[in-house]
Amino acid sequence: MQHQQDYVLRTVEERRVRLVRLWFTDVLGQLKSVAISPVELEAAFSEGVQFDGSAIDGFSRMQESDVLARPDPNSFQLMPTDDGEVTARVFCDIANLDGSPFEGDPRQVLRRNLAAAADAGFEFMCAPEVEFFYFEGAERGTTPVPLDEASYFDLTANDSKGHIRRRTIQRLEATGIPVEYSFHEDAPSQHEIDLRYSDALTMADNVMALRMIVREVAMSEGIYATFMPKPMEGVQGSGMHTHMSLWSADANAFHDPESADGLSDVARSFIAGVLAHANETTAVTNQLVNSYKRLVAGFEAPVNISWAHNDRTALVRVPVPKRNKEARGTRIEYRALDPACNPYLAFSVVLAAGLQGVARGYELGEESVAALHEEAARSHSTGLLPANLSEALDAMESSALVRDTLGEHIFEWFLRNKRAEWAAYRTHVSSFELERYLRTW
Amino acid sequence: MHPLLIWPDPAPPDIVRVLDLAGIAWEALGNHSEAGAGPFSGAIVSAEENPAAAYTAARSLRRGDSPIAPLLLCVRGSELGDLVERSDIFDDFCVVPAHPSELEARVRHLLLRESAGFELPPEIVTYESLELNVETYQASIDGRPLDLTYMEYELLKFLASSPGRVFTRETLLTQVWGYEYYGGARTVDVHIRRLRAKLGEEHAGLIQTVRSVGYRFGESRWGS
Repeated sequence: MQHQQDYVLRTVEERRVRLVRLWFTDVLGQLKSVAISPVELEAAFSEGVQFDGSAIDGFSRMQESDVLARPDPNSFQLMPTDDGEVTARVFCDIANLDGSPFEGDPRQVLRRNLAAAADAGFEFMCAPEVEFFYFEGAERGTTPVPLDEASYFDLTANDSKGHIRRRTIQRLEATGIPVEYSFHEDAPSQHEIDLRYSDALTMADNVMALRMIVREVAMSEGIYATFMPKPMEGVQGSGMHTHMSLWSADANAFHDPESADGLSDVARSFIAGVLAHANETTAVTNQLVNSYKRLVAGFEAPVNISWAHNDRTALVRVPVPKRNKEARGTRIEYRALDPACNPYLAFSVVLAAGLQGVARGYELGEESVAALHEEAARSHSTGLLPANLSEALDAMESSALVRDTLGEHIFEWFLRNKRAEWAAYRTHVSSFELERYLRTW
Repeated sequence: MHPLLIWPDPAPPDIVRVLDLAGIAWEALGNHSEAGAGPFSGAIVSAEENPAAAYTAARSLRRGDSPIAPLLLCVRGSELGDLVERSDIFDDFCVVPAHPSELEARVRHLLLRESAGFELPPEIVTYESLELNVETYQASIDGRPLDLTYMEYELLKFLASSPGRVFTRETLLTQVWGYEYYGGARTVDVHIRRLRAKLGEEHAGLIQTVRSVGYRFGESRWGS
């Protein structure tokens, strides 16, 4: 730790960093930042930076409103900018004034759950596929205007803003976020960036950084990017399918060369756990009213709580690893997540559900097969995902697992906040209703 | 003259006896991160009881703002093999149990070398257009600064110090991370991938994957 701090302080000096941004995340998953002068950094490492948390979503408490931001030197990164000004960012853990982890900090929640996994002998690795849309017009406005009519994997003049994606990827790579693939997605103006796997904490940090970098580059091109799950009716929404695996020492705990499909018992009961608690965790993995407009049949989004090797409508897919790469490549893909989630909390709840399956030896049911008819698919499913935010919140509220995973503070705050979002939505009279009913009734 | 640092604390009695008889001042330190408390004229690290912890301590003493040199490592004969990949963490070693006169001679020799202007390993590591300044922790390629994290920097420094040599993931883990890092060998893969990303497309090939072995920096010494 000491050496890392030395390294960071030295780098700040040598590179003449003008500003250090302390990054952290509120409960809803919005990136927050406090900028400090480089001379304050050493004190920030040793004592933390005190600030009033009461205005941050999910940070408010009854008694004490001040908290400490403690920079994690491991996550220190210079941020290249176009104008040559050197700034740096460092992710922070939020602590109470007595130094104990602050219960409202999502990063601490993930840390706690990763520590629980480590106690059980596992390290949790993640690789998300982040989808998003580019739309015309950087100024305020609420009608999405796509940039192109291109489609999946298109590489033509139609993929008109391909250079924006390239610039974004260069920025990501220069920031230490390796990109596995990127391409034009199915819907007009929709793009996907697949990140190379890393430990879940680094990956959650990376998702936060990615959302910011994607937006910044778009803005500099006079357009904007959105991670809203379903910005346009009638085309695919944006998901964040996440590949996951557990590792035990140097071995992939999901792989068993002796079993017919290469899946270990750990993998099978992990999947069983994830499926058994899917209803309870969905409010966290899909936290917006709008998230549920993506989770509908016909748009390659999961609806059934089921698993499969090949059926892309299943909630959990087990991709077939490349030949001779089975030992490293065996993993599961959880397909419900959307890119508007709080990655720290979303990774936490899916991990906890899976680990509960492992700890209690849940039995995995039969896999579903790609079915043309919804009825057939449903026969291998243990139910449907919540149809809207309200149903998801009901399932979450009754879940001891999610309560334990998030901790009392975030659990209660999240439910209150999201119930309010649902209440506001319920009273909204939509254009759907006006178009259908106004003149008819 | 500044005292010699001895690790661990309490100091091994055999070493203490030799130093006391020779009139060499010493100070035992168990927590090697406090070495900044110095200054010390050198260090003796004893790997007799706990070799793994001793290597970590020795490596740690070599890092930071004021690395300690010279460093004498005391090892059992059975542990000699450990030194093969660790030549960077000591200046001389002594097989224990050693005769007191050997230990004393080595200590005196070491300290003499120091006062005669003994130098730490070079401060700049270069390979083609890559340049690493060991003192300032800065790295650049084609004159463009590389924005590395601490572990990325340490990994690159280690690789670039032995161009052409193939390292297994396990070796890199113990050498660069320096302790039984929980993440295991794929931690190395993750960091290598990040390093390549930061070196940029043009230079990503500087670090090559040697199938089913590990990684190599720069050209193979056998020509490839």
